[in-house]
Amino acid sequence: MPFLQVQILMKRSCAWLCAVALALSAAGCAQPSRPSDEIEVWHWMTDRQDALETLARKYAETTGIRVRFSLFAPSDAYTQKIMAAAQAGVLPDVFGILDEKVIAASFIKAGLVADLTGAFRADQGAWERALSPKALDVNRFAEGNSDGVKPGIYGVPLDIGSMQMVYNRALLRKAGIRQPPAAFHDWLRAIAALRRVGIAPFVTGFGELWIVDCFATSYAINIMGEQKVLDTFRGLVPYTDPDWIRVFTLFKTLREKGAFIDGVVIKGNKVAEQDFALGRAAFAFNGAWSVNVYRQMSPELDYGVVPLPAFNTAVPMVSWGGAESSLVVNALSPNRDKAVEFLRWLTEKEQQAYLSAELHILPVNRAAMADVPGALAEFARSVETSTHPKIWPVNEDPVVGEVFQKGIQAIIIGERTPQAVARDVQAAKARQMERTKR
Amino acid sequence: MFFKLDIRHAQAGPLDLFKNFLFVLPAVAIFAVFYIYPFFELFHLSLHEWQGIGPRTFVGLRNFQELAVDRVWWSAVGHAGYITLIALTFQNALAFGLALACDRAIRMKRFYTLVFFIPPVLSEVIVGILWNWILNGGMQDGRPVGLLNHFLVQIGLPNMVHHWLSDPGTALTCVAVVHAWKGFGWGFVLFLAGLQTIDRQLYEVAKVDGAGSWRSFWNVTLPMMVPVIMLVVILTILGSMQVFVLILSLINQGLVYHTEVPVTRILSSMTVTNQFGYACAQAVVFGAILVSVSFALRALSNRMRQA
Repeated sequence: MPFLQVQILMKRSCAWLCAVALALSAAGCAQPSRPSDEIEVWHWMTDRQDALETLARKYAETTGIRVRFSLFAPSDAYTQKIMAAAQAGVLPDVFGILDEKVIAASFIKAGLVADLTGAFRADQGAWERALSPKALDVNRFAEGNSDGVKPGIYGVPLDIGSMQMVYNRALLRKAGIRQPPAAFHDWLRAIAALRRVGIAPFVTGFGELWIVDCFATSYAINIMGEQKVLDTFRGLVPYTDPDWIRVFTLFKTLREKGAFIDGVVIKGNKVAEQDFALGRAAFAFNGAWSVNVYRQMSPELDYGVVPLPAFNTAVPMVSWGGAESSLVVNALSPNRDKAVEFLRWLTEKEQQAYLSAELHILPVNRAAMADVPGALAEFARSVETSTHPKIWPVNEDPVVGEVFQKGIQAIIIGERTPQAVARDVQAAKARQMERTKR
Repeated sequence: MFFKLDIRHAQAGPLDLFKNFLFVLPAVAIFAVFYIYPFFELFHLSLHEWQGIGPRTFVGLRNFQELAVDRVWWSAVGHAGYITLIALTFQNALAFGLALACDRAIRMKRFYTLVFFIPPVLSEVIVGILWNWILNGGMQDGRPVGLLNHFLVQIGLPNMVHHWLSDPGTALTCVAVVHAWKGFGWGFVLFLAGLQTIDRQLYEVAKVDGAGSWRSFWNVTLPMMVPVIMLVVILTILGSMQVFVLILSLINQGLVYHTEVPVTRILSSMTVTNQFGYACAQAVVFGAILVSVSFALRALSNRMRQA
């Protein structure tokens, strides 16, 4: 081919490449500017894609508006995708923010999340009253919140979660235990009885740091009260306080009594769920979603649900709970109002009852929750007394949180003492506070 | 021919140079957009405090100063170094030995070549799950659940039964061994390809000169294989220092800090503690370490070739 022709071909190719690149950028990076009859929802909930698609078809038949659910999993990858989409300005009409509340606050302050307070309060607050207040609290920013967000409700909860202790009735019977333990010292007795008959007493996903945090803060609140825990986060109470030492010592006691199944510190929750479902451990610490998981893994499993055994029996044991999964509406979406209407429809009793029956999850709609059966009802009982970091006015610095959670892992494997871990966490806290001051 | 080309190049005007440049423009553009720009953006972000969304605060070199005294980070670098050391020695010795065996006219040579290449093509997640079953330390009905422990009981070594992945003394070594098992196939293929390029006449000449197997290996095989060995060493170092998927699938978010490596620390800074600026500083430092090691090895390789 002559050189000139090659040059012309090259120039044309370059021009085409540039044109295609520009067209792709324009199509991909810009927010849709005109309203349409299609709502795009990005989610991470692998277990409910089919159920959500069924509901989307029903919604399209009723309203003529198509809803497209796009699934991105696992949740870590989903979080990264949302972050990248926010940076590129290509967020869908509806999405979820799985990260901590401080990150949700960043999205809101960046103008990417719609304030839904008006929609919830319309018709004398009919929508707000229909849903579980605890679940709504997770999506609510109160007056004077430390994140500097305008007070309001910014997300729509889809289902409710609650972390509780589950126990295998058959294994407890085998060890001669008649009642599940209500107090920590009863639990220690049960652990000894289970060990005597060669049953591993307790399994949970301590390989996932948030579960360590959830377990530890539940006991911290039981031992010293929520206010003192929050004061610790504010830097007013040191982690070397005797109450915190008590919290750390609790893990040492459980270790010394042989409570934990082998390798508990590296177990992901999925593996822990498998261990419990297969009868390898008598107790597990898990969320309401486990009802569906255990049903799939071992349909005949006979188990019950109780709160964690209280260390301080004078105070009821409170664990994490509230909205399990929530969706927010893109404030820049031209389909904003349609998206809000769809989410309102999704949280109505009929749709919620369908999701609960299909997926064995706790519905967020109060009328639908009244009808849930079996183990789900046992989880449901604790929801209204639960707490969650997302509703606390202040949260621990994540850097300190990591030292705290890793420190507890170190106690469980017998590598560090409670006192040493308390010192480590307090040192990290002091460093972070100094950093914030700077 | 070369002379003519030189004349043509010397006579080329700015327009010709521009036209020539158009030919490489697509490649340069792709390289700039996907490699050069991200690198500068990464460095730029490393000078900021940022949560991944919202405003960034310029902090200068503070992230690097904090990284310099971050003991967890440097121990993670040490752990990656340990995994790399096992890979360089155990993994590559195994790969080289097997390549030597398969280079000879042995029965079922093709079968072995195929089998040895299976681990590297498996996903690290699959390998992690597979080895988790093998190294699991749990018990059920008084019997070990893990395959290795089960085997130890079967051969009469019940006192060696152990939770291999949750003991700080063995967890990192287990990761290193599994990584070596997964990676030796690459080295095997490269070594085998290298061995097959050695001229067989050299061995015949050595034999005529009275050299035995060992002397032939030492004086013929090894010198001829130096470039391949250096290539495998560089690839092993770069691959092993960046191991992390295997760790996540074997040990989740880590056994305290005992199985942390640089990439898991970077990931943790981004997704656990929301310190994107700090994570970028870690990535810059880690990248600099890898580039320095690569250049040092390249210089060493050149010197060895000249020698």
